[in-house]
Amino acid sequence: MYTVPKLEGYSPEALDRAVAEMFSALDSETAALQSEAEWKVLRDRWLARKNGVLTQINDVWLKAAPGPAKREVGRRVNELKARAEAAIEEAHSKIHASSAGALLAAERLDISLPGIHRPIGVKHPVLRVMDEIVAVFKAMGYSVGEGPEVETDYYNFESLNFPPNHPARDTQDTLLIAGQEHKPSRDRLLLRTHTSPVQIRTMEKQPPPLRIVIPGKVHRNDPLDATHSPIFHQVEGLAVDTNITFCDLKGTLDHAMKALFGPAVKTRFYPSFFPFTEPSADMQVSCIFCGGKGCRKCKNSGWIELLGCGMVDPNVFEFVKDNGYDSSKVSGFAFGMGVERIAMLKYEVEGIQLFYEGDVRFLEQFA
Amino acid sequence: VRIIPAWLREFVHIAADDRQLAEDLTSAGIAVESVQEEHGSTVYEMDLTTNRVDAMNHYGVAREASAIYDVELKKVEPKLPGETADPSAPAAKSTSPPVGITVSERDAFPILIEDAQGCARYTARIVGNVKIGPSPEKIVKRLELLGSRSINNAADATNYAINELGHPTHAFDLDLLEGGTIIVRRAREGEVLKTLDGVDRKLTTEDLVIADAKKPVALAGVMGGFDTMITERTKNVLIESAWFDPATVRSMAKRHGVHTDASHRFERGADYGITPLACDRVAELILQSAGGELRVERIDAVARELPRLTIPLRQSEIKRNLGIDIGEGEVERSLRRLGFAVRRTADASTPPSASSGSARDDNSYERTDGDFSVQVPTWRLDVEREIDLLEELARIYGYNNFPNTLPGFSDAVVELPDEPKNAKVRGTMLALGYDEAISITFISEEDARAFGGSHSTKSALSGTPESGGSLSIPACEPLPVANPLNDESACMRTSLLPGLINMVSYNLNRGTTNVRLFEAGEIFQKLGDGHDERRHLGFAATGHLTSKSVHSAALPYTFFHMKGDLEELLAAFQHQSLSFDANVPEYFHPGRAARAVMDGETVAYFGQLHPDHAAARKLRQEVYIAEVMLDRLYRHPLREPRYRRISKFPAVERDFSFVFDDGVTFERIQSAVAELGLAELQSFVPAEIYRGEKVGAGKYSVLLHAEFQSQERTLRDDEVAQWSAQIIASLEKLGGVLRAQ
Repeated sequence: MYTVPKLEGYSPEALDRAVAEMFSALDSETAALQSEAEWKVLRDRWLARKNGVLTQINDVWLKAAPGPAKREVGRRVNELKARAEAAIEEAHSKIHASSAGALLAAERLDISLPGIHRPIGVKHPVLRVMDEIVAVFKAMGYSVGEGPEVETDYYNFESLNFPPNHPARDTQDTLLIAGQEHKPSRDRLLLRTHTSPVQIRTMEKQPPPLRIVIPGKVHRNDPLDATHSPIFHQVEGLAVDTNITFCDLKGTLDHAMKALFGPAVKTRFYPSFFPFTEPSADMQVSCIFCGGKGCRKCKNSGWIELLGCGMVDPNVFEFVKDNGYDSSKVSGFAFGMGVERIAMLKYEVEGIQLFYEGDVRFLEQFA
Repeated sequence: VRIIPAWLREFVHIAADDRQLAEDLTSAGIAVESVQEEHGSTVYEMDLTTNRVDAMNHYGVAREASAIYDVELKKVEPKLPGETADPSAPAAKSTSPPVGITVSERDAFPILIEDAQGCARYTARIVGNVKIGPSPEKIVKRLELLGSRSINNAADATNYAINELGHPTHAFDLDLLEGGTIIVRRAREGEVLKTLDGVDRKLTTEDLVIADAKKPVALAGVMGGFDTMITERTKNVLIESAWFDPATVRSMAKRHGVHTDASHRFERGADYGITPLACDRVAELILQSAGGELRVERIDAVARELPRLTIPLRQSEIKRNLGIDIGEGEVERSLRRLGFAVRRTADASTPPSASSGSARDDNSYERTDGDFSVQVPTWRLDVEREIDLLEELARIYGYNNFPNTLPGFSDAVVELPDEPKNAKVRGTMLALGYDEAISITFISEEDARAFGGSHSTKSALSGTPESGGSLSIPACEPLPVANPLNDESACMRTSLLPGLINMVSYNLNRGTTNVRLFEAGEIFQKLGDGHDERRHLGFAATGHLTSKSVHSAALPYTFFHMKGDLEELLAAFQHQSLSFDANVPEYFHPGRAARAVMDGETVAYFGQLHPDHAAARKLRQEVYIAEVMLDRLYRHPLREPRYRRISKFPAVERDFSFVFDDGVTFERIQSAVAELGLAELQSFVPAEIYRGEKVGAGKYSVLLHAEFQSQERTLRDDEVAQWSAQIIASLEKLGGVLRAQ
């Protein structure tokens, strides 16, 4: 271990020798370091303010130097201090790198093991699709409307131009609430068979212009199997203003389908029949699987039937005439689509009942 | 309905091939669902909308083709020996008939229509001396292609005619009709009619029947009678070609549970004008195939005339509703081809009168050049208004030939008030790891009653705290379905829990043992004469929160996971107070369930499903369920985040180890400390709980961890010591024994 000698003389040679001896000693001490702890001891012995080697050199060499030599000794001591500090710092870097490396090596994990999952829940595929549809229409300036699932005959049928005892009612397979026989037929409760009653409910509350999209659950008297369900979901739309035309209906739905299924999708329209629209239409989209070339999904037709729509029948406006819906002044269009059907197509789900069983093996595929 | 294109081509010249024709018809709303080849012939399977009964036959479809291609439609002109009368000539009218009774003028075979409402017109012919036998091959083959079996030449003639012209007719064995007359009347109480299907039908006074002098012989517009049907012995045939009231036929078909080709057409509105032609056509077919001769002239009893509507059509309305102009020539051409009589009102000497069926009154009728007066043909009962004419024009023009445009619009988008709350609830449940589910809205009456009590209007107030037992909750009245799918679906759900429990069970039965599900939806109850529906959230969990892995042991889902998740959810809503107590419905485990009360109102029940309920449903592991009354929760606004400055001064921590009797709940400990009102006490939580021999039975030890901090300064040791002493004193008052500090 190095101890600070008294200087043998103040000649440049004597000073050179003393400095070289000191560095030779420091080099051999740093070379012998094994750990960061040893380095700390070394650092403290050399650099401590109180009685550290460099402080001693200051005392023994500089303070003891006679007047004329002080200047030269002082220069040498300053230079030496800077060099020694740098050498000690360098020694630290070396020892730290090797010891930390060993520690990190010991801490190594098998990063190929599976991660620890804290799974988030999964949106129901039907509601996920419903949200997507609603978002498309919201972006087009539609407000969202809603209404009750248990409805009166008036809202579900009569005000939508389904007269009592009309064959069109047969197609609806309506579930009725019990104990209603004592009421007038229009007040009797039933489970809404479509979201269309919300059209009338909204028009009763809000005068034209109007643009709403109505997501909701509907019911039919159909036992649950692969192709039928007593419950399903619809998204209904209604736009009424002084200038709405059949061309606008087509353009709006064409735009919405492109937003939902991609810009390449095409639409086409066929005459159809719904009591509450006139003219009525069925809309098809070019097959979203084969692009219209024809595949199993579209039964080789290249087209998939997606929704029913039409211009609001003047008879419907008649029921809300007092709220500004005069069919000689305003016109409108309405459309409605089955959400399950779209979800089944989109995700290639083979049976509608899968949506209502709550099987997490099914649901978690839609993450 | 099936259509044979070769048959169509007998009436109209169509250049397109069968496939192209199918597409063109479909584009015009006469939907061909599939095109098949059978025995060398093309056959269309049609999918017609309910309003287009007029197109449920070959002549009707041919008429559509004539409009689509703008080509001539040939007339159907039956050739009958010695007949020159045009079948489309005005019907013979009875002269001053007795009130309510219509008698045909031709008294050779009197026809009495006693019920003009039910039967507007009854046309008949008699063919004598026929030889009943097989039909000619052409007819047999065509009927076969259409999917019906050949019976005999007379029955086949009516069947062929209905497929050709669309009008239902019936053939009686004339010699089995007693009294030489036909009477159309309501049935009498107690009358019975055996119909062609061999069923004896008890008739009611609402049934409209065809009767002879003594008995009913047919259910009008629905089915003929068994005892008067054509057989091999039949010599003389009476052909019926009538028009029956749609509502009358519909209610009869419903009442007797029969749906026939005839009833289907009458219900939807048959062609009032075609009865003579259809009658003649059947007569012609019978004469051709069964020989014989016409006995008397055609008998045509008319009880009432059906008005033929005349509708004004304005060019301006075409533009306003459809968005484009359709030329005058094209308007006229399309409508005429479809059988409408069109007159340009500008050319007419008198303005068209607003007919009773018009949707508009005269005041709104604005006459301009290019306006039309359109008379509706007798077969189009679905066309009553100007807008109906617009649809005719649009479909012949071709829906896909209209340009796609977007409407201009200026109005604000309005969000539903609950939308952000619904989104918050769903988002929170998803983030907490619950999968979203949808269950069927119906439950059994038993479940509706068992689970329906927890949220009825009367239980809205908080119950007596700390009573510990199960709460007696006024039951809500389930809303029953009149025509349920089955007993398990007898009522509208009164709670989301039965559905969720079923879904958990479904998963467990399929070997999925770790399940977390939620559903947000409506629940229902009967309320007086009406009903009430409100939004609830249900969630359920069972099994492990995280499964055993190389990293850690399995972590079972417990009551406290459910409580934490619920607290997470409730924290999203602004409130003054939130407390939990053990007042829960009886389907919960009495010791592992709680009620959440927010600002004095119950907002949720949650906890372990009662083991008895679980056993009854064969659930072999603990199942946790929760139901949140969203309608109540939504009365609270969503919590707005509020920023509080983070203290710059250090926090001081203190631990207290106490032993308490089991009866002292953490809530009591917490309240006792809260009552001290120590402003600097930032948190006070239990860190460890121990029960066992070391503390003795009926007691537990708890390590309580307190944290003090000030916004303004560094706390002094002496003040922390003083607060600690206060805490200790308050807990000792609860009977706690301090073991270490």
